Amino acid sequence: MIPLGLEIAAARAAAGLSRLTGRGGGTTVPGKLLWKLDPGAIDRLARRLPAGSALVSATNGKTTTAAMAAEILRPRFRLAHNDSGANLVSGVASALLASQGAELGLFEVDEGALTEVAARVRPRALLLGNLFRDQLDRYGELELVAERWRAAVEALPASSALVVNGDDPVVGDLARTRDATVFGVDDPRHARPSLQHAADSKYCVVCGTPYEYAAAYVGHLGDYRCPSCGHARPSLDVVARDLELGGLEQSSFTLATPDGDARVTLRVPGLYNVYNALGAASLARALGSTLDEIVAGLARFNAAFGRFERIDADGTRVLMLLIKNPAGANEAVRTLVDGGAPPVVLIALNDEIADGKDVSWVWDVDFEPLLERVERVVASGTRAAELALRCTYAGFPAERLEVVPQLERALDRGLELRAGAELAVLPTYTAMLALRRILATRGHVAQYWERAA
Amino acid sequence: MKIRVGHLYPEYLNIYADRGNIAVLARRAEWRGHELDVEAISVGDTLHADAYDLLYVGGGQDREQALVAVDVAAKADALRAAVEDDVVVLAVCGGYQLLGRFYRDRQGHELPGADVLPLHTVAGERRMIGDVLLDCAWAGRTLAGFENHAGRTYLDAGAEPLGRVVDGFGNDGASGFEGCRRANAFGTYLHGPLLPRNPWFADELLARALAHRDGGERPALAPLADVLEAQAHEVSAARARSRGGRFF
Repeated sequence: MIPLGLEIAAARAAAGLSRLTGRGGGTTVPGKLLWKLDPGAIDRLARRLPAGSALVSATNGKTTTAAMAAEILRPRFRLAHNDSGANLVSGVASALLASQGAELGLFEVDEGALTEVAARVRPRALLLGNLFRDQLDRYGELELVAERWRAAVEALPASSALVVNGDDPVVGDLARTRDATVFGVDDPRHARPSLQHAADSKYCVVCGTPYEYAAAYVGHLGDYRCPSCGHARPSLDVVARDLELGGLEQSSFTLATPDGDARVTLRVPGLYNVYNALGAASLARALGSTLDEIVAGLARFNAAFGRFERIDADGTRVLMLLIKNPAGANEAVRTLVDGGAPPVVLIALNDEIADGKDVSWVWDVDFEPLLERVERVVASGTRAAELALRCTYAGFPAERLEVVPQLERALDRGLELRAGAELAVLPTYTAMLALRRILATRGHVAQYWERAA
Repeated sequence: MKIRVGHLYPEYLNIYADRGNIAVLARRAEWRGHELDVEAISVGDTLHADAYDLLYVGGGQDREQALVAVDVAAKADALRAAVEDDVVVLAVCGGYQLLGRFYRDRQGHELPGADVLPLHTVAGERRMIGDVLLDCAWAGRTLAGFENHAGRTYLDAGAEPLGRVVDGFGNDGASGFEGCRRANAFGTYLHGPLLPRNPWFADELLARALAHRDGGERPALAPLADVLEAQAHEVSAARARSRGGRFF
């Protein structure tokens, strides 16, 4: 076997090379190399962390949740954190390689990679946020991912802390067989009048009967109960109450925990960010953070890259909201509409592997409330025509729709239409990276790997 | 004219943007001065075979598909009667499998289907996922879409496929057939959704449904510009050519 030190040196050199050759931030290259040289090295690297590791997984919000948790935990621990969003085994390995002297590992993990990462890293805390249909061409059906999560929870050491979102029937049910911290929202004022089209887990996990919802908040997340067998949302340990949403600048809520209650103010809007904050707070609490540290950390938090990120482009503000699946995109739309969407929106649909090669999901997004409000849509990306059809068949007038597949031209068109004001940009993953790269080349924003430094 | 549409199990079978197909039918009917009257038909509802001109069945995840399978068997007679009466049927993905004779799962259990289309499906190991392009010689047109299925569907001898696979897996990854058509009933694995990027097929279904409605000939629908539709078709077809799935 090659000595660990030598492997690390070789892998680190590869990261530098990747950056030099302009092939990206080198956020996964060293990890991939290490993974090839010796998969067991990741286990050994993780074991070097004196405070262990915490993992965050979810269909939606894992990057933001992990970034919020990092902000809370940073005063207490030096972190190894994959904050560029590289969340497969190789991304975790790269973060481990890049963080000499780190005390705690904090890793967001791809839903499909969770079993493997958890088996190698053996986390002291695991946060499971939500499961929605997402890139079925990549992950397969939701139930397959749920099966893997059940296996990951079963294999979790008894001493590890499990944190789950009790508002998601499938995820909440993971806490049935073992001790866990369960979090959720209690504020029926912010419930949806009915389950959204994109709700997935709406049939009882025990008997298959449709759940009845006292309140449905995001997709199938809410306060549910099976009228047939009685399976219901578990009792909540960490709760958000008295939510104040509205506006595109911030949100606030009362965080109720077994250690007491406190008012939390976030510099990001939207109900889904309240869920992210609840997850981050519950995880940090399991790792020893006090309520004061949690409130202060959440108050410091600024948007994770591409997730409700604001970028100033020579006086025109770009508001970037990553979209990648129906449930997440619905929340982006809802937040924009409730907060007062700018009148021009650029939507960019790519179909690379990281976006999902199957673009049918855009037809499951409720774009209608946004289309009713905006004056103009610029459709871009490799599948711009498909996206434009989505708008057209929703009744959006053709003369207010511009189809500009090339991203840079579409961005310039959007900036021109909104000069000096604010432009909303809803890109899929690779489109978001490409748009950020363009803005970085123009000096408006740091490249994502520079930010990680 | 009012076209009566029965949408089977919309709350269970809706995984690959099935509502996109319905939206396309509705708009394209409306643009020609017709109207789509869509009614949901769910588990436990009685299906009246003579109450519709067009029936739609979408795709679902395995869990949802199993939840409706028993109900499909209960509606089998009505579904067969509808097809005999030339009602237009479009069944996509899971819905396509449910209209066959049976579905055999990995453990060898056979789940009975509606026996409306001359085919059966057997669960396979590797999922067939990717862009697809079909040549529909019977119409002189092509269909482009996306497939994602573990089931291998086998047509009975003499049964008509919806099209020949140009690129992609198709019914079973080997026969070169995709989908099935019998009378006015069409089954396919193509989603994406299917109709926005293949407007000729949407119009074909509408013309047949209108003929069923008034008992006359298929009307010629006023042509539409379909500029974006053509672009979307071309991009989708190009994806199938460059990265459509194949086993060999």
